[in-house]
Amino acid sequence: MVGQALLLAGVGLMAGILGALLGLGGGIIITPVLTLMMGLPIQYAIAASIVAVIATSSGATIAYLKDDMLNLRVAMFLEIATTVGAVLGAILTGLFNANILYFLFGALLLFSVYNMIRKMLMKPENIKAPVPDKAAEKLNLNGEYFDKSTGQRVEYQVTNVPGGFAMMFGAGLASGLLGIGSGAFKVLAMDTIMKMPLKPSTATSNLMMGVTAAASATVYFFNGSLQPQIAAPLAIGILIGATLGTRLMQIMPTKVLRWIFIPVIGYMGLQMLLKGFGVNIG
Amino acid sequence: MNQKIETETKDIELIIGKILRIGVIVAATVIGIGLLMFLIEGTGGYPAGAHPSRPAAILQGVIALKPYAVLMLGLFLLILTPVLRVVVSIYAFIKEKDRLYTWITTVVLVILIGAMVIGYLG
Repeated sequence: MVGQALLLAGVGLMAGILGALLGLGGGIIITPVLTLMMGLPIQYAIAASIVAVIATSSGATIAYLKDDMLNLRVAMFLEIATTVGAVLGAILTGLFNANILYFLFGALLLFSVYNMIRKMLMKPENIKAPVPDKAAEKLNLNGEYFDKSTGQRVEYQVTNVPGGFAMMFGAGLASGLLGIGSGAFKVLAMDTIMKMPLKPSTATSNLMMGVTAAASATVYFFNGSLQPQIAAPLAIGILIGATLGTRLMQIMPTKVLRWIFIPVIGYMGLQMLLKGFGVNIG
Repeated sequence: MNQKIETETKDIELIIGKILRIGVIVAATVIGIGLLMFLIEGTGGYPAGAHPSRPAAILQGVIALKPYAVLMLGLFLLILTPVLRVVVSIYAFIKEKDRLYTWITTVVLVILIGAMVIGYLG
């Protein structure tokens, strides 16, 4: 029993570090460990990973708020899209073919990976500066952050607000329909579509994840799927891991962060795409 | 964005950060105490495979000092931390006299509470 609790806390620690670093929920580590290694039924594993998302989010947000890394207005504005999407998705579950959804969302992730790699390989002068956006100015979304790895204060502008809003709606829909954490889609909406820098994008995604997950966590909490002896050691490990992850992210050069982000997203995309064909990996 | 709004936003983020930190520490402490009780007693205090999941049952279990009940209480407090974050943000935006974001954040809170009520009933 002590062994199992320690193992879960260790898994949580890893998931918390990766989650805080990349703006993801950590389900990518937690769900396979719980189902494949520990043989837990899938609904218990999902319930535990939803609580894990909240632990990652709250653990990371404390540090990112203090260090002025996240964009509170972007988070709150886009939160409308994700929460409405999530509720709608939960209501519409069963109306759509899950395989087709997995295929579509998986393809979208892989397409984003392709775009990111292409952008990474481009010479910096070929990358267009973001066009100032009227909606972003009206909504007061532009911001700045301090990059500890370069020692510079970076001001940034947010562009294509409607596109980001639509993507966030899709991210919420996906989490409601498929029960997946949608951190990857949230980061992509801000980083790729709205052209926010990667660091504030992942920090803001961390903030948003918890709010989106709180509603589904309530369902699993009250219907008895949430197993205290599994979720509790996991949550403690994650809270510690997320705190470490926030430190690591701030001193890490953005380029390194992106080179970690790309393969993780690629793996998630491949996993979802294969799930669409009925093949389960990890 | 002028300098005044910027420093105000910074203050607000610090307030939110502080309250959120207290919330997370409280949740983590309760979970930690529950875990210690569970590991020392070697049992959750409930029959195998069972744990309390309704508010009344959890409360009774906490009063009876059953480890699983304390763990569930701590996990519930953790689930509430994002709600706390939204509530504090509304207060912060009101203080900042930012009406647009007071509304936006209130809408988020209403949707969130609505979804949680559906979750509780469902």
